[in-house]
Amino acid sequence: MAAYPITPQASLSEILSRYVEGGELKAEYVRVEGEHSAMTVCISASTVGARVFTATSSNGLLYMHEQLHWAAGSRLPIVMCCVNRGVGAPWSIFNDQQDSVSQRDTGWIQIYCRDNQEIIDTIIQAYRIAEQVYIPVMVCYDGFVLSHTMMPVHIPDHEQVRRFLPPYKPHTILSPEDPRTINSVLFPWRRENPQGVLCDGYMEMRYKLQAAFETARTVIADTNRAFAESFGRDHGGLIWTYMTDDAELVMTGMGSIAAEAVAATDMLRAEGIKAGVVGIRVFRPFPKDDVVRAFSRAHAILAFEKAISYGYEGALCSDLKAALYGTGVNAPIHNYVAGLGGRDVKPRELAEAGRNAVALLEGQTMKNETRWLNCYTG
Amino acid sequence: MQENIFKINEKEYIMPGSRACQGCGLTLAYRYLLKALRENTILTIPASCLCVLHGLYPITPVTVPCLNTTFASTAASASGIAAGLAALNKPDITVVAMAGDGSTYDMGIQSLSGAAERNTDFIYICYDNEGYMNTGTQRSSATPLGAMTTTTPINTKQDQKKDLVKIMEAHDLPYLATTSPAYPIDLYEKFVKAKRIKGTRYMHIYSPCPPGWMYPTKDTIRIGKLAVETGMVILFEIEDGRLRLTGRSKTMASKGKKQPIIQYVERQGRFKKMSIEQLNTLQAWVDRRWDDYLRRAEG
Ligand SMILES: Cc1ncc(C[n+]2csc(CCOP(=O)(O)OP(=O)(O)O)c2C)c(N)n1
Ligand code: SF4
Repeated sequence: MAAYPITPQASLSEILSRYVEGGELKAEYVRVEGEHSAMTVCISASTVGARVFTATSSNGLLYMHEQLHWAAGSRLPIVMCCVNRGVGAPWSIFNDQQDSVSQRDTGWIQIYCRDNQEIIDTIIQAYRIAEQVYIPVMVCYDGFVLSHTMMPVHIPDHEQVRRFLPPYKPHTILSPEDPRTINSVLFPWRRENPQGVLCDGYMEMRYKLQAAFETARTVIADTNRAFAESFGRDHGGLIWTYMTDDAELVMTGMGSIAAEAVAATDMLRAEGIKAGVVGIRVFRPFPKDDVVRAFSRAHAILAFEKAISYGYEGALCSDLKAALYGTGVNAPIHNYVAGLGGRDVKPRELAEAGRNAVALLEGQTMKNETRWLNCYTG
Repeated sequence: MQENIFKINEKEYIMPGSRACQGCGLTLAYRYLLKALRENTILTIPASCLCVLHGLYPITPVTVPCLNTTFASTAASASGIAAGLAALNKPDITVVAMAGDGSTYDMGIQSLSGAAERNTDFIYICYDNEGYMNTGTQRSSATPLGAMTTTTPINTKQDQKKDLVKIMEAHDLPYLATTSPAYPIDLYEKFVKAKRIKGTRYMHIYSPCPPGWMYPTKDTIRIGKLAVETGMVILFEIEDGRLRLTGRSKTMASKGKKQPIIQYVERQGRFKKMSIEQLNTLQAWVDRRWDDYLRRAEG
């Protein structure tokens, strides 16, 4: 275990220190001098066969960027919490998801949690997923909104977790008993080993990582199911839904903003608007088939995002559009950037956006533009 | 130290077929230090000539397990290996991080300082060829004053070499040593000693590099020896705070003689644009350091 403190992750690194020093948690805790090193320690410890954990936020995650790619390229089942926070400049310690969303293409599985119970349960699931597909998993949850709020949480029983999570078996182990050089230089082409066997080139290795992501969808769904059977809590596999069966207006988002959309749905339903929510729990691998199914009856889709891909729109919105393209689901998608740098997002604001979308539905064509919720735009 | 070539471990840990250049000082040093460290060693290395020496996937000439890591993270990688082995209860493996001067002096100094401050149980080796050789002989903060590199092509390097060894000494390590492949017994014995000690051990190896320093490949040992004989490089070790000169530096200290640095400088193409002022400044720098180490040396 290695961690470097940053708000709002800091309390996590403090509490884990107390667990380790107090003997409650059997682990080596390396108090590194920075996040780049935190991820490096995890990479190398995982390579010798240890199960590893780290956590960070915001600039800390960005400081790890090089190592995020290295971890995924090494196919190591590292589990990390990202306590989502806005990214400087200028400084903000408050919540949004620009940190992890901007790391979308580093080769990590990303899971977004919507409440505290889901966080602890997802961390346990994350190890089981990572160790099956050899892809690192980032468990993301909103800073302050979730990290500094309290709710009663069931702490899963030790023995039960042990049964759910078999011991970690590395795919390759760094050991004097079987000496090898790991992650050496590659040429663009495939190359024979001394026994004459043609081995993967760089591109084959990348293909295998992508193929593992395809497999990961099933593994994530199965893991969630197995978890629900053992522990009695079902957080949804790749996505979760709320009142979508007859919904015409479907709101979507990741993490706590999707939970807010549930409250907004209740308001809209009370007014007779058939609203519903699709919570995107897993951002990578993108749940492409699940969203097609979930949105198949929608007349309008509202994507609320706490991040933006500058120069275009929210990354989730683009991914949704891509998933729906050519499937016959032609509902207009309204993109809202919301809650950047901790700007409060209230269910009534989401509900208001819903009402506007319904008004727009009446025969008007949709303009492809991103709206900024609760933001002074001049 | 008793120089005795027959004591050296006969086993080879680098097979023929390394991708390093002919006459590479690093390769010589690597060969001897692996012999000294023997079995039960795990290495971690960053992008560098050493990484290239290890060959192209899926073939390597090196028979010691080795984990490649990124340029800035060598010492942190060793921390991870050490922590992982401790968690798995495998205490008998020697963890070794080895990097060039570029990654040690520049980008990797943060993780090195961090690991050393935590007294991580590992040996850190800097092989100092005084530049970024793997990427085409650019300047590093270990490049000496007056040397021409591909990023100081016209004016030569205007700044003195950073004294990283002093910085490492300030970490109060259980063991620190400088050595050179021009003196393989000195190198070998220091590694045999380092292996027996616990905590962070810092080893600095001056590694002549024919293409980077621009001298004929046959002269690697000669250049390595001249570096010591001119006082450009001082061979010593510091154990529990006590500094001892070793090998050739020790005999030079007792006989009180060192050669002028021009002997060293004139044999290397990298210094061909060095000015007289630079030469004098460098000589003064070398003299000051030499006097300083003479004063500090015990026994
Ligand atoms: C983050 C990052 N920046 C730059 C590089 C490019 N790079 C690879 S090796 C190298 C120089 C290595 O110099 P040194 O550490 O002295 O080792 P040598 O090549 O001399 O053996 C550089 C700059 C890199 N790999 N990673
Ligand atoms: S460039 Fe220098 S250090 Fe690198 S392999 Fe060649 S001789 Fe050795």
